[in-house]
Amino acid sequence: MGLSYTFDRKKDVLIVRLAGELDHHESEALRSEWKDMMYKSPVKHVVLNFKDVSFMDSSGLGVILGRYKEVLQLGGEMVVCSIPPSIKRLFDMAGLFKIVRSEESEQFALQSLGVAS
Amino acid sequence: MKNEMYVEFSSLSQNESFARVTVAAFVSQLDPTMDELTEIKTVVSEAVTNAIIHGYNSEPHHKIALSCVLNNGEVELTIRDEGRGIDNIPQAREPLYTSKPDLERSGMGFTIIENFMDSVEVISSPKKGTTVHMTKQLSKSKTVLK
Repeated sequence: MGLSYTFDRKKDVLIVRLAGELDHHESEALRSEWKDMMYKSPVKHVVLNFKDVSFMDSSGLGVILGRYKEVLQLGGEMVVCSIPPSIKRLFDMAGLFKIVRSEESEQFALQSLGVAS
Repeated sequence: MKNEMYVEFSSLSQNESFARVTVAAFVSQLDPTMDELTEIKTVVSEAVTNAIIHGYNSEPHHKIALSCVLNNGEVELTIRDEGRGIDNIPQAREPLYTSKPDLERSGMGFTIIENFMDSVEVISSPKKGTTVHMTKQLSKSKTVLK
C-alpha cells in the first residue's frame, strides 16, 4: 500500500489530504508536488489532513518540517488535523505540537484559519 | 520455541515497505497488539531507510540484510548494511541530528527506534557498514510468562 494525496485550496489555505503510508519512498514525490502547489497557488496557510494515513515514520516528519519552514516564510500557519494515535506519538516525540497546531477535524482546522467550509 | 527468518534485498526505497510488511507478517504469529505491531513496523522502516540513505548514499545496487528471531515472546531484529558506516555513533543517535539536512531528514530515526524497542545496539565501522540490533519483549507474552 503506497501513499495517495490530494490538494485543495480554500481562499489562502492549501489543504493537503494524505491517505496510506508515508515513508521515505513516498515522501520524495509528495515533497515535490507539495512544494509546487505552495508556490503556484496564492496560499499562505496549510491544513494537513491525516485522517486516512495508516503508517508514517521519521521521513514523514522530515517532509512536514520542511513545508513548515516554507509556510513560516509565507507568514502563514500550519495546522494538522484528524491525527491517528500512532502518528500523534511521533509528533509528540519530535516536539512538533510546539510549532504546528492540531485540530480534531478539517472543518475545525479551516475555521481556525478564518475559512468557513 | 525459537523461530527465525532471514531476508536480503536491494537498497531500493520501495523495499522499505516490503521490509516492514514482511517483519509484521512474521511477528503476527506471536499475536502482538496493534500498537506493538506499529512500533515494530516503524523501527524496521527507520533502520532500512538509514541503510539506504546513509549507509549506501541512495545507491540502488547494494544489499540490505534483515533477520528476525522470535524467542519466548521476544522479537529480535537485526538490520545490516555494508555501506559507509557511521563516524560518530553517539552523535548519530542524538535527537534531531542529521548528517543530511539537505534531504529534509528529521533526525528522529534513532530516537524513534530507542523509544519503541527495549534495547538498541549499533555496531558500525567506517567503510565496512552498520548493523543495528534491537530487541522487544511483547506484552502478551510477558503476562503468559508470569
